[in-house]
Amino acid sequence: MKNAYTWGGILVVVFASVVGDVLLARAMKQVGDVHELWRRAGLWALVSRTLGNPNFFLGVSAMAVAFFSLLFALSWGDVSLVAPAAASLTFIGNAFAAKLFLHEKVDRRRWIAAVLVAGGVALLAG
Amino acid sequence: MSFRKYLVLAGVTVFAAAGDSMLSHGMKQTGNISIHHLQSILLAVLNPWVAVGIVLLLAFFASYMNALSWADLTYVLPATSLGYVLLALVARFALHEQVSPLRWLGIALISGGVGFVAGGPALTAHSEGGLDSKSPLLAKEARNGAPPSNQGAPTNSAADAIAVSGEVRR
Repeated sequence: MKNAYTWGGILVVVFASVVGDVLLARAMKQVGDVHELWRRAGLWALVSRTLGNPNFFLGVSAMAVAFFSLLFALSWGDVSLVAPAAASLTFIGNAFAAKLFLHEKVDRRRWIAAVLVAGGVALLAG
Repeated sequence: MSFRKYLVLAGVTVFAAAGDSMLSHGMKQTGNISIHHLQSILLAVLNPWVAVGIVLLLAFFASYMNALSWADLTYVLPATSLGYVLLALVARFALHEQVSPLRWLGIALISGGVGFVAGGPALTAHSEGGLDSKSPLLAKEARNGAPPSNQGAPTNSAADAIAVSGEVRR
């Protein structure tokens, strides 16, 4: 039963992190290249445009949910399982989500990278 | 990709790794935080290591948002994982800690993954200028507009077409 709670917690962390990353990436694409924007319209315009973007707000909220669910998952399971499992599954989940929702061109090169990085993070964080 | 953009990606890596380690160091000094005494979190912020850690993580977030504004999510994410590699290298060579063979394998896998991504383009062409990009439209206009203007001024229209397609690709 404790195992089910731990894995349930890990899945919530992964889901919330992926949602947060996708929303933040979408928000920043809508804001546009920050260097250009800063040069053209100034820092204040850049900050107000970023903070005023609804996707940015939702993305930060999803990240907060991911953070607090990580704390709960850590209290249910071992850190040596929860931290690497959550981090590496987030990489794989992000590759799928970026292709599906952000229509990024996730070619073979990026799939291999996602799998290698997920494996490497699992080994290092464990 | 310009030097400044590489600098932003380096910022993503370094700020994440440095911020995490400072927070971890500071939290070990402050001790356990119980869910029944949440006010102790506020006291933890007064610890200088925790405070600097939070500032560094804010810098990480700013660099991460900066990178996401001009590069794909699947391009930027491997850069965040390089922080793990950096921490392991600092542990081995600066702090003279033991790094197990499994961890060296992890370092090799992450570095290989980052190498794979870094060799490709940073941004998917269609997402230039936002998700509701006008780039496909521009390309279509370039295709439709090219034949008539070809009759008038062939040199100019060719230059325009190159300029437009360059704009789309960039």
